[in-house]
Amino acid sequence: MTPDLIYGLCGIAVFGIGLVGALCAQDRLRRVLALKLCSVGAGFLLVVGAWREPPAAPDPVPHALVITGIVVMVSATAVALALIRRLQTLEADDER
Amino acid sequence: MTDPLVIFDLLLALAIVALAVAALSVRDLFAMIVLFVIFGLLSALAWVRLSAPDVALAEAAIGTGVTGALLLKTLHHLRFVSGTLGQQAALGVTPVTPVPVGVTLANAAFCGLITLGLAVAFLGAPAAGPGFDALVAEAMPLSGVDHPVTGVLLNFRAYDTLMEVVVLLAAVIAVWQIERGLSDAPAPAMGEVWQGFGRLALPAIVVVGTYLLWVGAEAPGGAFQGGAVLAAVGLLLLLTRAYVPQPGHRGIARGAFVLGTAAFALVALLVAGGGRVAFEYPLEHAKTLILLIEGLVTISIAVTLAALFHGREPVALTKGGRDDA
Amino acid sequence: MLELFAAALIALGTAFFIAGTVGLLRFPDIYCRLHALTKADGLGLALIALGVALLAGSAGEVFRIALVWFFVAVASATCGHLIARYARQSAGVGDD
Repeated sequence: MTPDLIYGLCGIAVFGIGLVGALCAQDRLRRVLALKLCSVGAGFLLVVGAWREPPAAPDPVPHALVITGIVVMVSATAVALALIRRLQTLEADDER
Repeated sequence: MTDPLVIFDLLLALAIVALAVAALSVRDLFAMIVLFVIFGLLSALAWVRLSAPDVALAEAAIGTGVTGALLLKTLHHLRFVSGTLGQQAALGVTPVTPVPVGVTLANAAFCGLITLGLAVAFLGAPAAGPGFDALVAEAMPLSGVDHPVTGVLLNFRAYDTLMEVVVLLAAVIAVWQIERGLSDAPAPAMGEVWQGFGRLALPAIVVVGTYLLWVGAEAPGGAFQGGAVLAAVGLLLLLTRAYVPQPGHRGIARGAFVLGTAAFALVALLVAGGGRVAFEYPLEHAKTLILLIEGLVTISIAVTLAALFHGREPVALTKGGRDDA
Repeated sequence: MLELFAAALIALGTAFFIAGTVGLLRFPDIYCRLHALTKADGLGLALIALGVALLAGSAGEVFRIALVWFFVAVASATCGHLIARYARQSAGVGDD
């Protein structure tokens, strides 16, 4: 039982939960959040792949990739949320 | 099995999975966002355990802090539009079209299969394949900085980072276009205690953000983490209404959005002009160039993230709140 | 000896956190829960910060821990105030 095994399985579980949420959730906000969970799960797997037994330093390349991924994900989330706000306003206007 | 930290790892992993399930299954949308923020912070803690403090900082500041703020802002806006602002619980603010149970079950089964496949692939993978660590360690003296992650981000794989800054720029352009003419939800009044907290915290956040940027050359930290912390300054300014975006400030904002990308690309072009490959900085100037790029990129990231939170492009208020209807 | 004392402080701080959490789960309404959380967690945090500061290697680390403690304490007090204020306003008990 080493941290990479524990957190690797944890990351896969989080990814799976996010995938189910992204496909099955009804609410738009929840679907965006589910996609974010998927990205965190993927980040877990990359960080686990970079991990080495403690005295050795971890591999910095996957770390840089995950940081890039986090920033790209926040950009995508912001655009998705703006689309949700727009859609909701349009629907509210239609009902009036 | 003798390591007592294994128990901690197991508990933390369980808590993370449980929070992910809870965030997606709780009915109240506000509770969903709060659970997600806790989930993100615990994930950051897990990444510290996996000796990835840079990633943990980025996840805590950007992936959890800024994303959480964006989600809360959107929820506030949706509740304003659907007229449920005064109610205690925020249940489903977007209209729901019923999906047949069979479709949902088929989707869930499909996701389960994919996850199972991933788990099999993960457990069957070789324990420690050859990574890039040896290559990076060998090339570190040529990078101009002492911290491997910063070296990879700003030197060895600088193309990635340049494109990442471009993605942020594209996001803010898209958000400004999508939100054009959208009416703003009224900002909640937060009271004097909040104002006092803002005044106390602002200078400290500026110092912490700059420190994170500076320390990135030799320790965990860097442009993205520092930029996200500085973006918190923007959020505080917007939320305490110490700064209200004016239409006249659009030019400055646009300049700040482009600043990082432009400086990054310009340095690459200048280096390439000197008979080298685009990001092959001359060794004696490497540290200066990296710090220059990082500093300007940090300003861009901070302003862009704050603009993404603010959403709508600041335009002159017209009567009725719509200017393109 | 110093390590033992630090461990005792951290354990005591954890006990306060557990007490606060029990209060959060068991108390009937939002004001009682806030009362339990803000007070118990504030003390728990201070004890843990003190314990960790005793174990810290350099004066710089102690200074950073003190800063973290100060800002978390101020932020959690502000959060408690904002939550109580929001609850009061949405319950319709006058506005201040």
